[in-house]
Amino acid sequence: MKISVADVEYVARLARLELNKAETDLFAGQMDAILGYVEKLNELDTADIRPTSHAVPVENAFREDATRPSLGVAKALANAPDKADSFYRVPKVIE
Amino acid sequence: MDIFECTIKQLNNWLHAGRVSSVEATRAMLERIESVEDRVGSFITRTPESALAEAAAADRRIASGNAHILTGIPLALKDIFLTEGIRTTCGSRMLHNFIPPYSATAWERLRDCGSVLLGKLNQDEFAMGSSNESSAFGVTRNPWDTARIPGGSSGGSAAAIAARQATATLGTDTGGSIRQPSSHCGCVGLKPTYGRVSRYGVIAFASSLDQVGPITRDVTDCAIMLGAVAGYDPKDSTSVNAPVPDYTAALTGDIKGLRIGLPKEYYIDGLDRDVQAAMDRAIETYRRLGAEFVEISLPHTDYAVATYYLIATAEASSNLARYDGVRFGHRSEQAEGLIDMMTKSRSEGFGAEVKRRIMLGTYALSSGYYDAYYVKAQKVRTLIMGDFTRAFEHVDAILTPVAPTPAFKIGEMVDDPLQMYLSDIFTIPVNLAGTCAMSVPAGFSASGLPIGLQLIGKPFGEETILRAGHAFEQATEWHMRKAEI
Repeated sequence: MKISVADVEYVARLARLELNKAETDLFAGQMDAILGYVEKLNELDTADIRPTSHAVPVENAFREDATRPSLGVAKALANAPDKADSFYRVPKVIE
Repeated sequence: MDIFECTIKQLNNWLHAGRVSSVEATRAMLERIESVEDRVGSFITRTPESALAEAAAADRRIASGNAHILTGIPLALKDIFLTEGIRTTCGSRMLHNFIPPYSATAWERLRDCGSVLLGKLNQDEFAMGSSNESSAFGVTRNPWDTARIPGGSSGGSAAAIAARQATATLGTDTGGSIRQPSSHCGCVGLKPTYGRVSRYGVIAFASSLDQVGPITRDVTDCAIMLGAVAGYDPKDSTSVNAPVPDYTAALTGDIKGLRIGLPKEYYIDGLDRDVQAAMDRAIETYRRLGAEFVEISLPHTDYAVATYYLIATAEASSNLARYDGVRFGHRSEQAEGLIDMMTKSRSEGFGAEVKRRIMLGTYALSSGYYDAYYVKAQKVRTLIMGDFTRAFEHVDAILTPVAPTPAFKIGEMVDDPLQMYLSDIFTIPVNLAGTCAMSVPAGFSASGLPIGLQLIGKPFGEETILRAGHAFEQATEWHMRKAEI
């Protein structure tokens, strides 16, 4: 086994997902199969190969530091599940 | 011929000849959608009222003599494109109530051309899937056989073309999500070179792989749509500042001397017999048209799926971290405290396939595994890109199948995600290499299911594959067949 139920529970916490028992067991089996499959990459010697993060060479894209029209508070808050004045409202962070 | 069966070019002729108005064409399309939608399920959201208003405006623009070829043409968009004021779900319960405050650049460009938006199309949730079965808004059926999947993730975009519910559509392609449904539904679909079309306002799945492209009835329409959406966008730092050619001018019909590569790794024993037969016929057709064939090798093909499912899931786990119930999207009402609110909102909002990929990506990026999985995959990506660079020293284009089989049955693969992932073997390498490719109708299986061929071009070589696709289309009649729905 590449991955145990305890691993799945740990990764779920990192990803902020709450899985029930059935999902945890299912994912453990499926992730194990998929991670077993990707092991085949180890057949390749990549010691001297540079990693590619983008297919097209990407450089920093700069623009003038000038004021431009932006979304505005009303539009930015229009989809908020909860809001107060010009803020998003969330449950208490510190008890 | 009915209005709803027209290509962009035909409908444009009718609009300018006064044979039909855009309002009439739009009404005909809305009636067509109404009459077949319960059997297809292409749409998540329909926008008939705003469509008719846009059509009326298009008619005025045509009358004023200031029209683009897309003015008055009824289109539909995959529900991954932000449309200001129109609900955009990305196929997810997470965004079931999301009304975007701005629009994707690709849609803004089509709207500026005067095209008409019929609605938003069904897709796999967050574009993760090859069958449209992961949508939170019901399955989409293949118009050629409603027991089968249309492909995915742009399944609604392809099914809507095959069922004549829109004149043209836009999809997105991260590992084959334009080409595979186009192949399964008998449409033309093109994934442009990475950076060719702006990703601004396109809900992100895997940012180094995602690209926007058209799905259409024929190659000419595909060239028209690509020309309208391509080009530099300062709002997308990865969009490439290169001039946009007139893609329709590339459709000369002349491919004499075109060197086409046949990668031996793609013509494998396990290939479906009907797919192999379609490819054999396509090679014969291209020979007759004067193309030359060269056997080539893309030696790292066998590693592409493993590479893709590490890179794509890693990027997805990062991109989808934004769905936390704070600023938009679903928020759980059961939660106690901030972290619990985020966790419950995500757990309620995401479906199983999305959770599975977030889990895989989080694992591949987690401490202790980052180098072994994520960086390893990025290194193999370099090798896969090198395969294409070397091949294109000898050939102008590469010809392969799009998918190893025709469309599979609804429900056939849902319990075996790895098997579903492996069905993307012929499309995934193109996304990893960042180059362009298109699907063109190339025949039918014995049971009447469409089969597409894939033409892969050099980076920014869209004109070459469009010319080759168009020449094939001129020599065959596969694209003229219509699904009985």
